[in-house]
Amino acid sequence: MKQFDETQLKNRMNSRVRNNRIWKFIFLLSTLFGLFVLAVLMIRVAIDGLGFLNMDFLTGRLSTNPDRAGIMGALLGTVWVMLVVIPVTLIIGVGTAIYLELYAKNGKFKSFIETNISNLAGVPSIVYGLLGLTVFVRLMDFGNVVLAGGLTLSLLVLPILIVSAQEALRAVPGHLSEASYGMGATKWQTIRRVILPAALPSILTGSILSLSRAIGETAPLTVLGIPALLIPFPEGLLDTFTALPMQIYYWTLDSSLVAEYANLAAATIIVLLALLFLLNSVAIFIRNKFQQRY
Amino acid sequence: MSIIANKMGIQLKPKTKLKESIEMTTSTQTNDIVYDTKELNLWYGQTHALKNINLEIHEKEVTAIIGPSGCGKSTYIKTLNRMVELVPGVRTTGTISYKGTNILDRTMKVENLRTKVGMVFQKPNPFPKSIYENIAYGPKIHGIRNKKLLDEIVETSLRGAYIWDELKDRLSENAFGLSGGQQQRLCIARALAIQPDVILMDEPTSALDPKSTLKIEELAQELKKDYSIIMVTHNMQQAARISDRTAFFLDGEVVEFDDTNKIFANPSDKRTEDYISGRFG
Repeated sequence: MKQFDETQLKNRMNSRVRNNRIWKFIFLLSTLFGLFVLAVLMIRVAIDGLGFLNMDFLTGRLSTNPDRAGIMGALLGTVWVMLVVIPVTLIIGVGTAIYLELYAKNGKFKSFIETNISNLAGVPSIVYGLLGLTVFVRLMDFGNVVLAGGLTLSLLVLPILIVSAQEALRAVPGHLSEASYGMGATKWQTIRRVILPAALPSILTGSILSLSRAIGETAPLTVLGIPALLIPFPEGLLDTFTALPMQIYYWTLDSSLVAEYANLAAATIIVLLALLFLLNSVAIFIRNKFQQRY
Repeated sequence: MSIIANKMGIQLKPKTKLKESIEMTTSTQTNDIVYDTKELNLWYGQTHALKNINLEIHEKEVTAIIGPSGCGKSTYIKTLNRMVELVPGVRTTGTISYKGTNILDRTMKVENLRTKVGMVFQKPNPFPKSIYENIAYGPKIHGIRNKKLLDEIVETSLRGAYIWDELKDRLSENAFGLSGGQQQRLCIARALAIQPDVILMDEPTSALDPKSTLKIEELAQELKKDYSIIMVTHNMQQAARISDRTAFFLDGEVVEFDDTNKIFANPSDKRTEDYISGRFG
């Protein structure tokens, strides 16, 4: 005996299928919205900036004359800052993630630290700028140099990197480490030979994504008092510097005085975006090359 | 088999010869006890998972541990190499003496214990490395760097698990390219490479097809000449086919432990009889 009414079932089937189509359409729309905004942004930047983008612009020094202005100083500044951010965040971030995920016992201490790290990930970047100003620029008396900027940006992205590295370590299947422990390996041997190699692709992807964020940050640098003046190219960690996002910020700010500054800012944005794409392609390349199946 | 014994600090006996002499002079009944478990209790947090376990496991035999899901058989076998401690919140009381040393003692180094007690898991778990590197992993973590010695160990171990002929030309291939049954035999070879005395097998055939299962069972029969084997199994026919002694676990207790023939032909406990005749479990 059937407990369903066949005709009712058929009617409901139609509305279920229709519902499915409506939801699919809504989700497609949300995807397209993001794509549309991105496309508008890219096109505007390209129209404004492409004409000003040439070799002289990339290699030139900063100038108040838009025809002679170049961004070599800012480009070098960004590279120098990265040279601080990359080792600092990788060593401290991955180290913290390994401790929390693999050594620390579950308990109040661990959950206290983890809650704080998640909270820090949500602190506005300008607050990190204030922290950097107080600690690195004034207290440690570095001044507004590459080292101070790099350390401030490192602090900013560390929480994100720690969380993503923790997730990467957690994703390594437990049966792999069991196999290693089962043969008498110590925890460190297991981490070094089994867990880290398996988690490396995801850790590197996460690191490069957080580095991309550090490259694009402006707010903390303005608080540190990073100038956009006619300063010499930075040649070391203790030289004053400017960075690409700072350059974009100041040119946009002054575009009411000289109209071409807006175009220079757009050209700089293209350079910054190109740098980000480059980093992301490296991340994708690393992921595909080293990814392992389980 | 004792190539790396000195380096690893393990006392290895000339196993094959010893076995022959035993066969000539005595029956398996008098084999030495390798694990002596006394009044073992284990808790996962509040859950009392093992209750007053008393078991004597003999050398160079296959000891099968059977019982329904959740009866504590996997927990027990993982206590024998203290892998159970990977679960947070585990507490134990009682003693398990391995050749006279209480392994539950806090001063016992688990790394040392686990070089004498190899383990094979339910799901084949090769490393995402080459076949060679999988086998060489154990010796390498114990500090063996000599390439020639490693080559020898890899060959001996693969021969020991009877897959040398299948794999000798594929040593540099990734272990994930092997079939499930080959992966499991590779894992057994990997356990042999640390040159243990005991091999723990936690339902080693439950993820395998019948043909691969048969191969693992034959392998277990061969290996017991040189090693003491303790195998948890869900499959009662398997226990009956290959084991010398069988322990029946139920709700964290050992209901019956005896010669396999006796357990299956003439169990002394009603619950054992019900379980092996398929009335529950």
